[in-house]
Amino acid sequence: MSTATAGHHEPAAEYAVTGVPSYKLAMWTFLGSDCFFFGALIGTYMTYRGKSLNGPYPLDVFAPSVTSISTFDLLLSSLFMVLAVHYAKEKDIPKMTLWTLLTMLGGLIFLGFQAYEFSSFVEEGLTLKSNIFGATFFVLTGFHGAHVAIGVFLLGALLWSVRGGHVADAGITTEVIGLYWHFVDIVWILIFTLVYLLEFTK
Amino acid sequence: MANPAHAAPGEHAPHAGHGAPSQSWLMSWVMTSDHKRIGILYGLSALFFFVLGGIEALVIRTQLAAPGQHIVDAATYNALFTMHGTTMIFLGVMPMSASFFNYLIPLQIGARDVIFPRLNAFSFWLFLIGAIVLNVPFILTPFVDMRVIPDGGWFGYATLTEKAYTPGASIDFWICGLQILGVASMAAGFNFIVTIFNLRAPGMTLLRMPVFTWMTMVVQFLVVLSFPCITIALVLLMFDRLFGTHFYLPEGGGDPLLWQHLFWLFGHPEVYILILPAMGIVSEVLPTFARKPLFGAPFVIFSGITIGLLGFGVWSHHMFTTGLGAAADASFSVTTMLIAIPTGVKIFNWLATIWGGQIRLTTANLFALGFVCMFTMGGLSGVMHASPPVDLQQQDSYFVVAHFHYVLFGGAVFGLLSGIYYWFPKMNGGFLSESLGRWIFGILFVGFNTTFFPMHIVGAAGMPRRIFTYDAGLGWEIPNLIETVGAFTIAVGVLLFIIDLLRSIGRTDGKAGPNPWDASSLEWITESPPKVHNFDITPTVYSDRPVWEKNHGPGPGYALAAVDEHIHIPPPSLRPLMLAMGVGMFFISWLTAGQFFMFGAGMSIVALGAILYSSFSWFLEPGH
Amino acid sequence: MLAFRSSTARLLSAGPLLTAFVACLLLVGCGNADSTNIADSMNTLVGHSDLTKNILDIYGTIFWIDTFLFILVQGVLIYAVLKFRARGDEKTLPEQVHGNLQMELGWTIAPVFILMLIAIPTVSFIFESQAPAGKDAIVVNATGKQWWFKFGYPGYGFETANELHVPAGRQVDLRLQSDNVIHAFWAPQLTAKRDMMPGRVNHITFTADRAGTYLGQCAEYCQDSHALMKFRVVVDSLEDFEKWAAHQKEGVPEAEAKSAGFEAFQGATCVACHAISGTSAQAAIGPNLTHVGSRTHIAAGVLENNEANLRAWLKNPDAVKPGSKMPNLNLSDEQITTLVSYLQSLK
Repeated sequence: MSTATAGHHEPAAEYAVTGVPSYKLAMWTFLGSDCFFFGALIGTYMTYRGKSLNGPYPLDVFAPSVTSISTFDLLLSSLFMVLAVHYAKEKDIPKMTLWTLLTMLGGLIFLGFQAYEFSSFVEEGLTLKSNIFGATFFVLTGFHGAHVAIGVFLLGALLWSVRGGHVADAGITTEVIGLYWHFVDIVWILIFTLVYLLEFTK
Repeated sequence: MANPAHAAPGEHAPHAGHGAPSQSWLMSWVMTSDHKRIGILYGLSALFFFVLGGIEALVIRTQLAAPGQHIVDAATYNALFTMHGTTMIFLGVMPMSASFFNYLIPLQIGARDVIFPRLNAFSFWLFLIGAIVLNVPFILTPFVDMRVIPDGGWFGYATLTEKAYTPGASIDFWICGLQILGVASMAAGFNFIVTIFNLRAPGMTLLRMPVFTWMTMVVQFLVVLSFPCITIALVLLMFDRLFGTHFYLPEGGGDPLLWQHLFWLFGHPEVYILILPAMGIVSEVLPTFARKPLFGAPFVIFSGITIGLLGFGVWSHHMFTTGLGAAADASFSVTTMLIAIPTGVKIFNWLATIWGGQIRLTTANLFALGFVCMFTMGGLSGVMHASPPVDLQQQDSYFVVAHFHYVLFGGAVFGLLSGIYYWFPKMNGGFLSESLGRWIFGILFVGFNTTFFPMHIVGAAGMPRRIFTYDAGLGWEIPNLIETVGAFTIAVGVLLFIIDLLRSIGRTDGKAGPNPWDASSLEWITESPPKVHNFDITPTVYSDRPVWEKNHGPGPGYALAAVDEHIHIPPPSLRPLMLAMGVGMFFISWLTAGQFFMFGAGMSIVALGAILYSSFSWFLEPGH
Repeated sequence: MLAFRSSTARLLSAGPLLTAFVACLLLVGCGNADSTNIADSMNTLVGHSDLTKNILDIYGTIFWIDTFLFILVQGVLIYAVLKFRARGDEKTLPEQVHGNLQMELGWTIAPVFILMLIAIPTVSFIFESQAPAGKDAIVVNATGKQWWFKFGYPGYGFETANELHVPAGRQVDLRLQSDNVIHAFWAPQLTAKRDMMPGRVNHITFTADRAGTYLGQCAEYCQDSHALMKFRVVVDSLEDFEKWAAHQKEGVPEAEAKSAGFEAFQGATCVACHAISGTSAQAAIGPNLTHVGSRTHIAAGVLENNEANLRAWLKNPDAVKPGSKMPNLNLSDEQITTLVSYLQSLK
């Protein structure tokens, strides 16, 4: 890969006209694209909100306390991510490693909560097929979960390559993955508000 | 790029270009990450699929030459028009535009390659896999006892595309192919946006960029922002077909209108994805052959951006007949009319560009002038169905078929042909035949209008689209016969063009020189064809017409500072192809899951493994 | 706004002029607005209802604006190419004009005014044409099927297929729906076009201005026999319409319900899909056949309703309409003969 690659011993993005490192610019562009991706999914959910012809309905299955804990956990992981980026820029690799691991742990716990939530919903009769709420809910939150899983994987790959010396500038690489992580987190706040909290506002 | 670890000081030659001695000719193309070679690969693939889509069109026209014909049966006809549309849009015009992006953007901004050359190769291979998935059903058909050729129309409206109404695998192939093409396009989109922002030569500010580069950037933004919408639309359709959800089925609480919203939220920007590159090409060709600058270049650029932005606010004008309600119809009608303003600005600026010039009627310029002429026609008929009442008569009639062929054939394809004649000497070193080129232009211009002008009439006479046969006595016979004659005239023109192209590819005697047309942008300072690394020395730019001003004044145009540069070109790699195959396999696994669920599920796990393996080995590959 | 519209209409007299234009191009001789030839009734440039006439007014406005702009642009283009063509002996470069702000602003702003000429009648038409139907409008439920049209008259309590009867001079409220894929209802001279969307009801309200028979066709791709999904609209005088409706409402006489023909109808399992009111046949999958003998066409406007065509249709529906949902029942020639004469008797 050319200039801005995080690969072999190259000063990252030494040739960026805008001053924004190319990987970072690419990530921002990707996140812009991802906004439309989630926009379409959330739009679908909101269009079909309350249109189920039969139950289970959202209030039949939602357990707000459980989801609040997993939301808090994901928010916390974003804080860890900030610290990981900070130490990566300080070139303090042991501390960066610690906070990255904690971020990954936060992501994994969130995924665990999601797996628990999905299976309990299925037990209560909510499936992809059961009604339009089930279909939109599982597809939206499932795609978000896939984003979290990819984030965890990216963080793992980051740790492995930083510690293996495959990345020249850990600061920028960590920051770029951090951008992704925060984005996925923000999307969850949106989902948590529109999908869960909105049901309890009457 | 500079890399002290790999290049000796002062070394100018690329040290790892394509065609290393150990590589065969074939492998040097398969493993290439050179933007120029990828551009040529895109161009040749596009040409192949353009011909395939053209053959489909000829069968369609033969069927409709006279009323009541049964040259193909209804089901085959429906598959043919579906594949004609899908092929021309996704496998013809888009990759032909991509061919120009790839070949020209680094040259026009004074860069040695795109920012991520191997991602670029990945985009191409993934595009090719998607194109094969879409077309492989033609070969499969005799061997299976279900419908496999996509037959839901290029717009794939639910509920028709649902399992209940199209039970075979035809829609599954279509979904899979489009998903793959979407990933390929988006990957290329990120690549080019970053390239244009970050790899410009010193001094090339945004407003000094050639208009073609500008239009490319607008197109890439449209791609990365609009393709997610169709990705989701297709995912939901796939869930309906595979897992029994009811996203588009009213009996389960869904709504087929959601498909149309998501599809056209992609589909309308897609129209500008198809036409803006051609507008960029014409904005290069007309000034060059008038020996004048583009009139009001900033206006042309901002019009392009405005068209792109408005493109996201007009999608429902494809849905005036669906009953959205008066308020929605009215507002989408007005936003649609607004698009006529920046489009008109472009046309007037092009006219003002040639006004007072010294117009050389080369083949490239003929096609560019033909573009202005035909696109105006398509634009004006577009204003008609921007008005919902008129649209209520014209929608889904042959009038609309005439309209968008004037935009996409008379517009986009003529623009692309202009670009081919214009840049062919840069790519090849020798020219395409100018004398034959004039004939080809004449034949295509006449053939095009013979084919598509009567469609206005037959559409106004009430002939609906997508009908495999029609009755005599409705006044449709004569226009249809004329259209078919026109279609075969176009075929003759295309055939002559391909003969000339194949004949000329061999003649790389370099007689064109670096700047045969006395043009103005940076690609014309490179050799024809350019070296692997494009520029020995990165130019410093002082003008929006650097090469012209260097030759004719008044400013210096550009300068080649004698800086000590180390040129690094990434080595050939198989990883992009491997990753593309992994990603392709992942999507194909969902396609097979439509018929063999467990097999598909297993295959998707294998595909994920392949993706992981190829991306890790990509990452660890030395020398990039 | 109506005043504006009709004055432009007079000014441009768009309908007849355009029709003449198209007629010339079609080489079909005279296709004037008063033509009663059914073969001309797909022509969108003639209107025979309030709805389609108003559409034509707007179309006329845009047509002339477009024609003006087309001639302007092509004229300038051709003139420029001829006048400024390089002769090869130029000693100097042309003047390097980079732009002209006044001119560019001019041709950015001028189109706004031109577009307003289109937008104002357009928007007012949208709201007028989508206003709810009047109370005395005749309601027809039109349902798109693969590949035929079902017409139900809830105010009269009967159902028919593929031939829609409406009175002239009375408002009609068409309620378009579908229970399968999307179709579109398009009788160009009466109703313009609206989609029949599964899961929702769309409206067309129109008043036909004179009696006559008009063609229509499905305009949304709906698979195999989309091309063969046609219908007719018969516009009657109010009196004739009421007579027709009263007759439609009657079922077949009791005697006929026990005839040999009906037995054949039962025996051939036609009853599984079709209804004939007044008999035990009450299925609603295929078209209602109560008065099928009185319809001019069969198979959704594809074949004339005569003995030979009915025979061909019953023999192998798929050969007439690819993908037809009516199965080939492998009827014997005798069965077909009995059925044909029975169906033809259902006037």
